[in-house]
This record gives sequence, structure tokens and C-alpha cells, in this order.
Amino acid sequence: MASPIDPSHSTPTNEPPVQVSDDAQGYYVPGEPLVDPRTPTGPIKDRWTTRKFENRLVNPANRRKLSIIIVGTGLAGGAAAATLGEAGYNVKSFCYQDSPRRAHSIAAQGGINAAKNYKEDGDSTHRLFYDTVKGGDYRSRESNVYRLAEVSANIIDQCVAQGVPFAREYGGLLDNRSFGGVQVSRTFYARGQTGQQLLIGAYQAMERQVAAGTVTEYTRHEMLELIVADGRARGIIARNMVTGEIETHLADVVVLASGGYGNVFYLSTNAMGSNVTATWRAHRKGAYFANPCYTQIHPTCIPVSGSHQSKLTLMSESLRNDGRIWVPKKKADCDKDPRQIPEQDRDYYLERIYPSFGNLVPRDIASRGAKNVCDEGRGVGPEVDGVRRGVYLDFADSIARLGEDAVREKYGNLFDMYKQITGENPYEVPMRIYPAVHYTMGGLWVDYDLQSSIPGLFVTGEANFSDHGANRLGASALMQGLADGYFVLPNTIREYLADGPFDALDESHPAVAEAKKSVEDRVQHFLSTNGTRSVDSYHRELGNIMWEYCGMERTEDGLKKAIDLIRGLREDFWRNVKVLGTADSLNQSLEKAGRVADFFELGELMCIDALNRRESCGGHFRAESQTEDGEALRHDDQFAYVAAWEFGGDGAQPVLHKEDLVYTAIEMKQRSYK
Amino acid sequence: MKVTLKIWRQPDAASPGAMHTYEVDKVSEDMSFLEMLDVLNEQLNAQGEDPVAFDSDCREGICGMCGLMINGQAHGPEVTTTCQLHMRSFKDGDEIVVEPWRSDAFPVLKDLVVDRGALDRIIQAGGFISVNTGSAPEAHSVPVPRDDAVRAFSAAACIGCGACVAACPNGSASLFLGAKITHLGELPQGQPERHSRVVDMVAQHDHEGFGGCTNIGECTAACPKEIPLDVISQLNRDLRTALVHGR
Repeated sequence: MASPIDPSHSTPTNEPPVQVSDDAQGYYVPGEPLVDPRTPTGPIKDRWTTRKFENRLVNPANRRKLSIIIVGTGLAGGAAAATLGEAGYNVKSFCYQDSPRRAHSIAAQGGINAAKNYKEDGDSTHRLFYDTVKGGDYRSRESNVYRLAEVSANIIDQCVAQGVPFAREYGGLLDNRSFGGVQVSRTFYARGQTGQQLLIGAYQAMERQVAAGTVTEYTRHEMLELIVADGRARGIIARNMVTGEIETHLADVVVLASGGYGNVFYLSTNAMGSNVTATWRAHRKGAYFANPCYTQIHPTCIPVSGSHQSKLTLMSESLRNDGRIWVPKKKADCDKDPRQIPEQDRDYYLERIYPSFGNLVPRDIASRGAKNVCDEGRGVGPEVDGVRRGVYLDFADSIARLGEDAVREKYGNLFDMYKQITGENPYEVPMRIYPAVHYTMGGLWVDYDLQSSIPGLFVTGEANFSDHGANRLGASALMQGLADGYFVLPNTIREYLADGPFDALDESHPAVAEAKKSVEDRVQHFLSTNGTRSVDSYHRELGNIMWEYCGMERTEDGLKKAIDLIRGLREDFWRNVKVLGTADSLNQSLEKAGRVADFFELGELMCIDALNRRESCGGHFRAESQTEDGEALRHDDQFAYVAAWEFGGDGAQPVLHKEDLVYTAIEMKQRSYK
Repeated sequence: MKVTLKIWRQPDAASPGAMHTYEVDKVSEDMSFLEMLDVLNEQLNAQGEDPVAFDSDCREGICGMCGLMINGQAHGPEVTTTCQLHMRSFKDGDEIVVEPWRSDAFPVLKDLVVDRGALDRIIQAGGFISVNTGSAPEAHSVPVPRDDAVRAFSAAACIGCGACVAACPNGSASLFLGAKITHLGELPQGQPERHSRVVDMVAQHDHEGFGGCTNIGECTAACPKEIPLDVISQLNRDLRTALVHGR
């Protein structure tokens, strides 16, 4: 229900947090408190309008003299490249794929939220704002979230004008569905391929600017270092992945729209190439990394089938509307044909534990439930490394009640996809599902204007941290990517660019030479190590550590153990990795080696962040912080802050800066799904 | 199961290539085709031989990055992307021939990796609706008949993988081109540029060295997204109308 608090209210509703516990003592250095220098003031509904007016304009003639580097071509990067190109800036766009259209935003299935209230069901900007802050378990910044809700309606207008073929009703108007457990229908969709259609829209807008000459695209280019000269981000070092050339690209400002870091777990629903290198290199150059431990684990993915597994595939969680989740009561039944297991020997554990929400409990609760029954040895499906990790999602009751045709009508494409991957027919045999890493809410710290702690470095989309708190609601990732790219960044970056163009930088500047040399040294190191283990084998082992100790449930002991394991493995990696091929050619092992090297450092920081945060919130569950019933227990009095980590140097401890979260337009509450 | 792979190896665009034979043992039928190649690459790496380069990214059939000729068929024996093809489609002892996309317009960069930049340049020539950010009217101001929206969506489902080109004996990209013409041409928002779009995109298609369409239909048979052949009819119809109007 909407907060009774007046949205124009401007005094805090919460006390500043005071942390009592210090689990991560000895792993970090306490730093100065952090305050967003660009935080807006005044009534929440006017903050964005005021900021757009306050931010200086750049004269159209001057825009031609200003250059912008954008790394990543997903919704956040592609939309920004198109929009800034249209405005007349010189944009250089980079992606590691062979075309901007491949970015992983393309894989989003469900839809995009927008507060259009087309269904007249009581939706509003304020309600979308409220749902998003609540869904994020009160760990996001309220001003940023309000702005996101505010611009959401413009996104739909823009996409429709571009020709995005959203689902429509017979009258020709746009259809909506409800998604992710909210009580209004505000999700716009294009069958199960909403991400694809939105990305193609942004891609086409960007290609139009390529033709117009305002955007230059650099495909098969991977950013490997950030150039910070005289206190400002001024460019990147990128590797041409075809020729191997290490290239220097300079500009007045740099935007990172390089996505999330779920692949630190090796297996995730991310694309094979998704990586943290762009943001991690920026972190090492001074950009704070915020809330790295906030990871979203999605409950309905197709389970791992063997040690060869390279990635996991998500299936829309709408399946939980009609499927019933269960495992056998007895371990002895786990390898039997599920159809032969009688009703009284099945444990519908979500229905048993959460009688009112049953199979529709939120993502983190459903995920943890599956992990617990598998840990007890009651998982189903193939044994991988000695454990069966899967639970049944059974449609037999729905098929009996509604008929197979009705079920096919609703879920046909998902059932087909399942059959394609597993070889099993879910109309006859229960599906098997298991949770998988899906999205990372943490990312580089940014101020309200999306600028990081390095002047001139802006961060958008999943790569930043600000909008989803500790947990992201369904259909909100697409909304945030496009909000940042089309509407927010273009209106905030101009305040920075109004001071430009900055002094021309030469490739001989020490900062440029240093960045380039460090990249060349790293490449040389990997190719000359000549060890015995492949990059993938290290990545897989790192992923196992992260999943075991920094996955769905985290403990103090487990996290400390993980940190030791990661440090040991990383050391071995640098001494013993085997990368064949040459530096001056297309070399996929070399590409992966650089990414995995950065995942090691990130993984350690994630564990330290998770260790420090001795509370359970959103996607972060600390076993030490639960209610008597085993539910997540937040500690607003201690942890209502953003943990922004500053790089302390190689081998040195990271520095923790805390940004207190202040709520004026909303009151914090504990959630309950019993 | 055990399979024998004959794989095209080519160090770079300038060097000649050749087929190499490899054996992969202990292949599980639950592996995807690309996971089987991952296993081969681990094997090669251990032996000190350069792993086989191939493209893939999302590995869930939507990004369009993967694409191999498998036993002479684009994306192999099933109607799906290479990443969604699983080893249960093969049997123990099979010999599998793996080549890159075959087309002059897609030069080989290394092994099984090709350059599909030509498809981006076709989109740059006109595969968009010219609307700047912020200038869009309210989304409900223009209703779109549901059937038109559905047809636009079906064409927009193209993932730009290039299988249509690889499958076509003429090396034509007409299915790719027709899909975009149909997607944008079915919608009211796409009408103002309908004529110039088709003329410009076709000109770019021809300029890139893609062949002409002679209605063979291999493209639609190979298309993992089952884009229908009639998008090419729409392409031709729109082109004729545009030319009659002197564009």
C-alpha cells in the first residue's frame, strides 16, 4: 500500500544508522562518510525538474567540439549513444561483441515497467516509486528511484515512436500485464522478447547516428583500462580483438554502460562475455564500488546438467503461477521417475512453509527454499559433483484443471525452450528448476547525476548501483537502462561538459603512457606464464567458491573461508595460467584471462562487503540475521547505508565509505510473506 | 558418445585455411554443441594447440552472435541457433563437419569467426525510424491494429545471425532485409520513410556484395526464428512502389 507520507515532505523519516557489529574487522579500513554532493533537495516530485533546469546547457555549436566515449551498447549505452549523437556531440561507442545489437539486454524476457496507468488500476509515479523502493528492501536512494518512476512513461512513448512492436489489444492500444508480485498492471511487453525489441530500437536509433556521422562504433573492442589525467577521466585503452592492437581513445568524458558482474559466479544467466573489467579497471583508478554483495538469484532457471555446463538459462517466473514446486520427502526417491512418487511422499515445501503465498513467494525466498532442500539431499535430476541440484516444477495439476491446450497457450514457448535444452517434455514429466545468478544490483557508486567518484566518469544501467537497492523488481532492469540512457544521462552530462572542451590530451601524457603500458604488461604476462591450467578451469573454481559461500546464504565463517580460498586461487592463477596464441591476433583465451583476473579481485571485495553487512536485506541473506521463522531480518538502525568501497591498492585493504540513506517520502517497513 | 570433428582452421583473414580433424570423447547428450566445442578447446589447450575460435555470447538463442555451418547446414540439423543445438541431435561415432558462415560478404576473421559488419551497414542505410529522443508523441496517440503489430513483431524477431545468407546459394541477405522492411513497414510510425528506406537499404545490400534473391527459400528453412519467406515479397512490393514513385 502506498505510504501515507506526503510526497512533498522533506524531513527524514528515519534516524541515521549506527553500525554496532564489525564482522569484517581486519579486512578493511574505515573511511570518511560519503555524501552525494549532487543530491537534490526540495519536494521529491520537483527534484528532477529542478535539476534539469539547474544543469547548464551546452550550445549546439560547442557540442560538435565535445567528445564522449561510451563503453557498452546495451539499453543504457545504446540509448545514450543515440541520444547524445542526436544532440550533436561526437560519440565513440565500444562493444566487445561483433555488433552493438548483441548486448545482453537483448536476453531480457518479461517486460518493462512504466507508470502509464493505462489500466486505470490506481497506478501512478508515486506507486511505482514506492514499489521499487520497497522491492529494493529500503536500500536504494529515494531521489534516484523517484526520477526513474517519473521518466518511465516517456520511455514507452519513445520506444513506440521508434517502432518497437509491443503487444497490443484488439482496439490497437498497448497491452499491459502484472509482473513480479505487484498489484497493478504496468508492464509493457513484446511476447517473451521484450529486451530484444527494446534493444533493437536503441540499436537502430544508434545506427542512424552512425550514418549521420555523430557516432563512431568500435565493435570487437574491449576496454582494458581507464585513463585518468589531471584528476579527470579522459579516455580508455582498448584492445582491438581482431588485430590485437592496444589502442588509445581520448575524449572529454567517459561513460561506462558495461552491465553487471554476475559472471563472477562462472555460471549465471549472463552472456558468456559479460564481465566486470571496464568497471573494475575504473574502480582501481579511484571509482568507488557500491554494495558489491547485492546479487539477485533467480529461482526458475534450468538446472546444471553436468560439469561441462557453460551458462544457465532463465525461464520466466510466470511459470510459478501455475506450476507447483516439490521434492520427494525421502532421499531414496530422488532418482525415481517423479510420476511414480505418490502424493503422500511429495513435499510441496513452499506451500507447506508459506501457506498464504505458497509458490508465489518472492525470488529470494523461493531460491533459498530450493537450496535448503537440495542441501538436505532431497534434490532431483542428475548428480553433479555428488549433489542433485534441482526441484520439480510440476504442471500436472494445472493440465488436469485447465487442459493441456490452455497451458500451451500460456507457456508454450517456455515449454519448448525447456524441451530443447533438457530433452524432456514438460507436458508429461515435471520440469526441473534451480536458482541461478541473474542480476547484480551493486555497481560503481554514482551521484544523483550518475557521475562516479572520478570526475568525468559517468556510469549507467546495471553497471551503476543506485536504483534497485538490495533487490530488483521484475521488469525494472529495462526501465532503468533506458531511463539512464535516453533521459537521465543526456540531461546530467551537460552540466559537466559545459566546462569543456578540456585541454587536448596527448598520447605522450604520462597518464596515457602508464595506462597503455599496464595493459601491454598484463597481456605479456598472460602469454608468457606458460602454466598448466586453462583460464576456464580457474573461472569455474572461483565460481564454485562464490556460489558456495557468497551465494544465496552467507555466513561469517563461510565468507572468511571464501576470502582465503580466493586469495590462494588468485595467486595460483597468476603463476600457473596457460594462455596460448599470440597478442596480435584474435585470441579468446587471452580475452578471458583478463576478465577472470578482475573477477578474482571483485569476488574478494564482494565477500568483504557481505561480511561487513551483518543483516539480511533483499538478495543478501546472512544466516546470522534471521527471524525465529527463518525469514530475512534487516537492521535499519545499523545498515541503512550504501557501502561504497575505495580501492586501497594492490595487496592493501579496501576503504569503506558509508553513505547514509535518508527517506523523506517513504517510511521503512519489514516485509512478510507468511 | 564419441564424435569426430572436421573443423575449418584459418589463422587470420589473410592466410589460407584448411580442414582439421579432431576427436572428442565422453560427449554427453545434454551438452550443447558449443559446450562440446568448449570441451574440445580445453583438450587442445592442454595439448598446447591453439583453441578453435568461434563466436557466441548469450547462449540462449537470442543475441545472434553464434552461427556455424554444421554438416553443410546453417546452425545444423534443427531449426534453432547453434547455441541451442544439443548433442542429443547426434549419435555416437558421428563425423561432424564444422565450417564458418559461407559468404563473400562475411569474410573469415579466424577459424569459425566471420565479420558480419555488412548487416550493421544495411541498418545504417535506413533500418530505423527517424525520431529523436524526447520528441515522441504519447504512445496511445496512434493505435496500431493488432494484426499489424503481430506481423511487425514476427518480422522484428530476426536476430541478425546471418544464417539466411549462409544458407542461400546466391549469398543473398534478402530475408534479413525483408524482415526489417516488414517490421517497420507494418507500423504507422514507419510510413513516412517507407520508400526511401527500402531503396537505400537495398542499395547498401547490393553494394556489400550480397547476391540477389531467386526465391529458393533456403533462408527461411535455416532461419532459427522462422522469419517467413513472404517478408521478401513485401520487400519487393515496397521496392517496386518506391521506384514507381521515383525514389
